[in-house]
Amino acid sequence: MPKRITLAVIVTVAALATGCRQDMHDQPRYRPLAASTFFPDGRSARPAVEGAVARGYLKNDIPLYYGKVARESKEFVTDIPVKVDKALLTRGQDRYNIYCSPCHGASGDGEGMVVQRGLKHPPTYHSDKMHKQPVGYYFDVITNGFGVMPSYASRIPVNDRWAIIAYVRALQLSRTATLDDVPPAERARLEASGQ
Amino acid sequence: MSQLFRPGANTFAKASVIAGLGVALGLGGILNNIERTSYVTDVNVPRDQPVMFTHKHHVSGVGMDCRYCHSSVEVSSSAGIPSTEVCMGCHSQIWSEAPILEPVRESWRSGRSIQWNRVHDLPGYVYFNHSIHVTKGMGCQTCHGQVDKMPMVWKENTLLMEWCLDCHRAPEKYIRPKDQVFNMEYKPAGNQAELGAKLVAEYKVRKLTDCSICHR
Ligand code: HEC
Ligand code: HEC
Ligand code: HEC
Ligand code: HEC
Ligand code: HEC
Ligand code: HEC
Repeated sequence: MPKRITLAVIVTVAALATGCRQDMHDQPRYRPLAASTFFPDGRSARPAVEGAVARGYLKNDIPLYYGKVARESKEFVTDIPVKVDKALLTRGQDRYNIYCSPCHGASGDGEGMVVQRGLKHPPTYHSDKMHKQPVGYYFDVITNGFGVMPSYASRIPVNDRWAIIAYVRALQLSRTATLDDVPPAERARLEASGQ
Repeated sequence: MSQLFRPGANTFAKASVIAGLGVALGLGGILNNIERTSYVTDVNVPRDQPVMFTHKHHVSGVGMDCRYCHSSVEVSSSAGIPSTEVCMGCHSQIWSEAPILEPVRESWRSGRSIQWNRVHDLPGYVYFNHSIHVTKGMGCQTCHGQVDKMPMVWKENTLLMEWCLDCHRAPEKYIRPKDQVFNMEYKPAGNQAELGAKLVAEYKVRKLTDCSICHR
C-alpha cells in the first residue's frame, strides 16, 4: 500500500513539473533587435543584400531621393521637390528640434547643448555662404553626413528631410526679414506699437 | 474502553477546520502577492548594462529628445535601441578617451553590436505595439516613469496583464494631449477626468479588452 502511494506522488509531481516549462514565454522566434547565435555577426536583423530594391522603393525620382538634378549629376536641386505648406513646416520644426537642435541650436546658430559640452562648433545657418547653398546640398549633408557630422539617413525618412530643410530655410528667412515682408495689416499694428 | 476523545476535541476539530482554511487562504494570498513583488517583476530594480549609459545626463542634462535615439517609437511596434553609430556621432569627439566608453569604441572598431540587457521584456505570447499608444496620446512617462531622472533604467510598472487592462478599460485616466507625449514633466492642466473624457472622444480612443488584442 505505501508503495502505491509513493508511486502516485511521484507520478503527480512529475506531471505537474512538466507545466514548469517556459516554451510559451520564450518562443523560438526573433523579436526586434534580438541577438542571434546563428549568424556570425550575432544579429538577427539582417542587412539587405547589396543592390536589393524593396517593392515601391525604386527611388527613380532623383530630386526627391538624392537631392540632385539627375542620377549621375553632381548638381544639387534648388527647389524643394515636395509641396511646401504649413503642415510641412510644422513637421520640419518638430523634426529639427529632435535631430538637429542638440548641435545646431534651436535657432540654427550652432550653439546647441552638445557644442557647449565640447563638440566641434557647427557653422551657423545664418551666414551668406549657407544662405547661398542650394536645398539639395542640405539634403546631401543630412543623408551622407559632413565632416564630423554623422549621417541621419537611417533615422530620418526622405520626406522628413525635406521638411527639415524647409524649416531651416524659414529660420534663415527669419533673420533677414525686413519690414516690407510683413503683411500690411500686421505692419500697421507693429508700427502702432512702436517697434 | 475509555473514550479516545474528550468532549473538548469537538471544538478543536471545528477550530482546526477553520484554521486549515485560513492557512490555505493565507498561502494563496502570499503566492498571489509574491507574483506582484519586485522580487518577481523586477520593478524598481536597475539593470546592469555593458556601458554605464545614463538617461539622466543625456535627456535632462543635454536635453535630447527620446526620438533622437529611439527613433522608430512613433511608427513601429518596437521603440528601437540606438546603434553604435548614433553614440559615435557625439562620442567620437566628446569623452572620446574616457574608459567608461571603451565598450562603445570597441563595438565601433569591430562592427559587433553592443549587447544591452533588456529591462522590459514581455512574454512571447503577448503582442505590444508602441506606435498606437504614442499616437493615441499615451506618454512615455505613464508607462516607463521618469526615465530622464534615472541613472540606470529600471521598470516602473509590473507589465502584468492587470496593469495593461487597468488602462485599456479606462484610458481616460491616463490620456494626455498628443504634443505632450514626450514631455517627461507633464501635469494635466485642470481636471484629468474632464480633460481625459474630452481627449478620448477627440482621438477616438477605443476600450480594447478582447483577449485577441494582446494574445494574437
Ligand atoms: C551630433 C551633432 C550634430 C547634429 C545632431 C547635426 N549636426 Fe549638422 N553639423 C555638425 C557639425 C559638427 C558640423 C560641421 C562639420 C565639419 O565641419 O566637420 C555640421 C555641419 C552641417 C552642415 C554643413 C555646413 C557647411 O559647412 O557646409 C549642414 C548643412 C548641417 N550640419 C545640417 C544639419 C541638419 C539639417 C541636421 C539635423 C538633421 C544636423 N546638421 C544635425 C554637427 C551636427
Ligand atoms: C542618447 C540616446 C538615448 C536617448 C536620448 C534616450 N534613450 Fe532610452 N535608451 C538608450 C539606450 C542606449 C538604452 C539601452 C540601455 C539601457 O537600458 O539603459 C535605452 C533604454 C531605454 C529603455 C529601457 C529599454 C529596455 O531595455 O526595456 C527605456 C524605457 C527608454 N530607454 C526610454 C527612453 C525615454 C522615455 C527617453 C526620452 C525621455 C529616452 N529613452 C531617451 C538611449 C537613449
Ligand atoms: C547628441 C550627442 C550625444 C549622443 C548621441 C550620445 N551622447 Fe553620451 N554624452 C554626451 C554628452 C554631452 C555627455 C557628457 C554629459 C555631461 O557632461 O553631463 C555624454 C556622456 C556620456 C557618458 C559618460 C557618463 C555620463 O553619463 O555622464 C556615457 C557612458 C555615454 N555618454 C554613453 C553614450 C552612449 C552609450 C550613447 C549611444 C547610445 C551616447 N552616449 C550617445 C552626448 C551624447
Ligand atoms: C502603453 C505603455 C507604453 C508607452 C506609452 C511607452 N512604452 Fe516603451 N515599452 C512598453 C512595454 C510594455 C515594453 C516592452 C515591450 C516588449 O517586451 O516587447 C516597452 C519597451 C520599450 C523599449 C525597449 C525596446 C523595445 O521596443 O522593446 C524602449 C526603448 C521604450 N519602450 C521606449 C519608449 C519611449 C521612448 C516611449 C515614449 C515615446 C515609450 N516607450 C512609450 C510600454 C510602453
Ligand atoms: C496607459 C494606458 C495603456 C497601457 C498601460 C497599455 N495600453 Fe495598450 N492601448 C492603449 C490605448 C489608448 C490604445 C489604443 C486604443 C485605440 O485604438 O483606440 C491601446 C492599444 C493597444 C493595442 C492595439 C494595437 C493594434 O494594433 O490594434 C495592443 C495590442 C495593446 N494596446 C497592447 C497593450 C499591452 C500588451 C499592454 C501592457 C503591457 C498595454 N497595451 C498597456 C492604452 C494603454
Ligand atoms: C491589454 C492586453 C491584454 C489583454 C486584452 C489580455 N491579456 Fe492576457 N496577458 C497580457 C499580458 C501583458 C500578459 C503577461 C503577464 C506576465 O508577464 O506574466 C498576459 C498573460 C496572460 C496569461 C498567462 C498568465 C500568467 O500568469 O502567466 C493568460 C492565461 C492570459 N493572459 C489570458 C487572457 C485572456 C483569457 C484574455 C481575455 C479575457 C486576456 N488574457 C486579455 C495582456 C493582455
